[in-house]
Amino acid sequence: MSTTPRTLFDRLWSAHEIHARGDGASLLWVDRHLVHEGSHHAFRKLAERGLSVAHPELTFGVADHYAPTRNRDRIADPAIRRMIDTLMQNTERHGIRCFGLRDPRQGIVHVVGPEEGITLPGLVINCGDSHTSTHGAFGSIAFGIGATEVAHVLATQTVWQTRPKSMRVTVEGKLGPGVGAKDIALGWIARLGADGARGHAIEYAGSVIRGLSMEGRLTLCNLSIEGGGRFGMIAPDEKTLAYLAGRPFAPRGEAWDRAVEGWRRLASDPDAAFDRDVTIDASEIAPIVTWGTSPEDAAPITANIPDPSQAEPEKAAKIRDALDYMGLAPGRPLEGIPIDQIFIGSCTNARIEDLRRAAAVLAGRRAKVPGMVSPGSMLVKAQAEQEGLDRIFTEAGLDWVDAGCSMCVGMNGDIVAPGKRCASTTNRNFKGRQGRGARTHLMSPAMVAAAAVAGALTDVRPLLAGRVVA
Amino acid sequence: MSGWSHHTGLAAALASENVDTDQLIPARFMSAPRSEGYGRFLLHDARFDEAGNALDHPLNAAQPTILVTGRNFGSGSSREAAVYALADYGIRAVLAPSFGDIFASNAVNNGLLPGRLDQATHAALMERLGKGPAEIAIDLERLRLACGELDAPFGLDPVWQTKLRNGWDDIDLARQYADEIAAFANARRAAAPWAWPAEEGG
Repeated sequence: MSTTPRTLFDRLWSAHEIHARGDGASLLWVDRHLVHEGSHHAFRKLAERGLSVAHPELTFGVADHYAPTRNRDRIADPAIRRMIDTLMQNTERHGIRCFGLRDPRQGIVHVVGPEEGITLPGLVINCGDSHTSTHGAFGSIAFGIGATEVAHVLATQTVWQTRPKSMRVTVEGKLGPGVGAKDIALGWIARLGADGARGHAIEYAGSVIRGLSMEGRLTLCNLSIEGGGRFGMIAPDEKTLAYLAGRPFAPRGEAWDRAVEGWRRLASDPDAAFDRDVTIDASEIAPIVTWGTSPEDAAPITANIPDPSQAEPEKAAKIRDALDYMGLAPGRPLEGIPIDQIFIGSCTNARIEDLRRAAAVLAGRRAKVPGMVSPGSMLVKAQAEQEGLDRIFTEAGLDWVDAGCSMCVGMNGDIVAPGKRCASTTNRNFKGRQGRGARTHLMSPAMVAAAAVAGALTDVRPLLAGRVVA
Repeated sequence: MSGWSHHTGLAAALASENVDTDQLIPARFMSAPRSEGYGRFLLHDARFDEAGNALDHPLNAAQPTILVTGRNFGSGSSREAAVYALADYGIRAVLAPSFGDIFASNAVNNGLLPGRLDQATHAALMERLGKGPAEIAIDLERLRLACGELDAPFGLDPVWQTKLRNGWDDIDLARQYADEIAAFANARRAAAPWAWPAEEGG
């Protein structure tokens, strides 16, 4: 019997479709729902209608967006304290397991989910956060939703979705030293635009993707949304299984064996068709930094900032506006732009491998500018301390703090002052993202470490000469 | 939420592309209860200086109910607060070449139209509104808009068109399928018991 070749996304979608409405909308079953402080709007909607949480056992809470990174026992700002207290009360009231500030496993929701084995292949995963695409690295349909949809998932354990188109990003060739998942992501977003994958579910494929660690895959899927893709995913393989085995909430024993049997059959058929195919040659990717106010404003560190007078008229105004906000001269080299501070953290780049890569550059060196290192979770923090990475950061002159979304989104009070320039491992260089008037340059952890050492944007590759990088 | 099919109102232009949700509502305002109204937070840092004085901005000069803007409007975060800020300010429709996917879903869930413009219509409206705000009439039944001499179509997913017109509430809709959902949950539990989180230490 011949069957139509299917993609990973096709298999996951049909396995979760409860009802397909005639007009194109489908009702999908949600296997995991993750909530955080920002979910308060949704809990209030639920309370207003007198509804309960349909499946608290499939729902997990984490304090991350407003989590203080210092002095957790005495939160001075009453608004921040209220946000965290409200999450704890809402989750307790509904019988939802929540990793609060005192939990040794607290961290950023997109770091904690995989770390705890809450995230698994073959699932539909929702969270009221656009970077939920991160969890697709395990071979799941994972996507961010708004507050109305969060309330819907809480009340019904289902979500309405119109099926997106499919897009495959294939990365072949060999990555150069000092180049990683962040550079692959910023590279394709610069090429296709911040809306390049709009309306599409992305599957990342190719030998370079297979070669990435789970941490690298999480970074890549995380940034799908910065290219407009609500979904990013990678088929599970041996690395996925090795990462998950023995995690606290992952299946064990016979359930594990049965799960693995199914997960091995999830990969897209070799002849499956995608609505769009994009191929990237890894050997052409250099360390990338952003220069503007959208993740699409990205270029290799060896390049110059665009000159609006040389650009097409419709692009010129946008470039001028971005450079005006960023306080940068058109046409100047990216190399050597002086910075005021650095930040290593966020759901994009604060896992153990990210910290190791930054530490490999910083070991035995001093940072010329102040900065903060916020691990993705308290478990990552503990592991980094066991490996002595914390000492490398503090001896370089950087602050080593607790886990949370921190300076990526600035909700917990960790912000960049107006007009200050920050080299950051985060995901958004939007105007005001790290604080009003803050100037953000996105790049990999290794590149941020290099910027710290130089006090300016610089190519990390010479700094890696003779060093071992994990 | 009540449905709607026609709206005529003052439209203003925001010339920028990629107006992201961090610009639509800066993060520091998001701990405020909705009952206080989010309208004053809309595009706050572009509309007001650090001392809170109003800057020269299309949303300060007039009180439009329709925005016409550049591609990829509402990109970025899933914060529905961006839609609350638009809605509480009084915006009923945003017309742009494209929208962030999550923003567009959030908009429809709050009765706000994310109408897609083709290049020619976008250019014509931007030119007209470049001279100052003007009235636009939106017909959600026919998916057409009128502004002066211009009468043009706009794009909208048919699922969203139905939803906006009927003012449907998704939770009510899903509950019509309560039996199907329960049957699905039971079947999934039997076929994929691993999909339920393991008991810790079990």
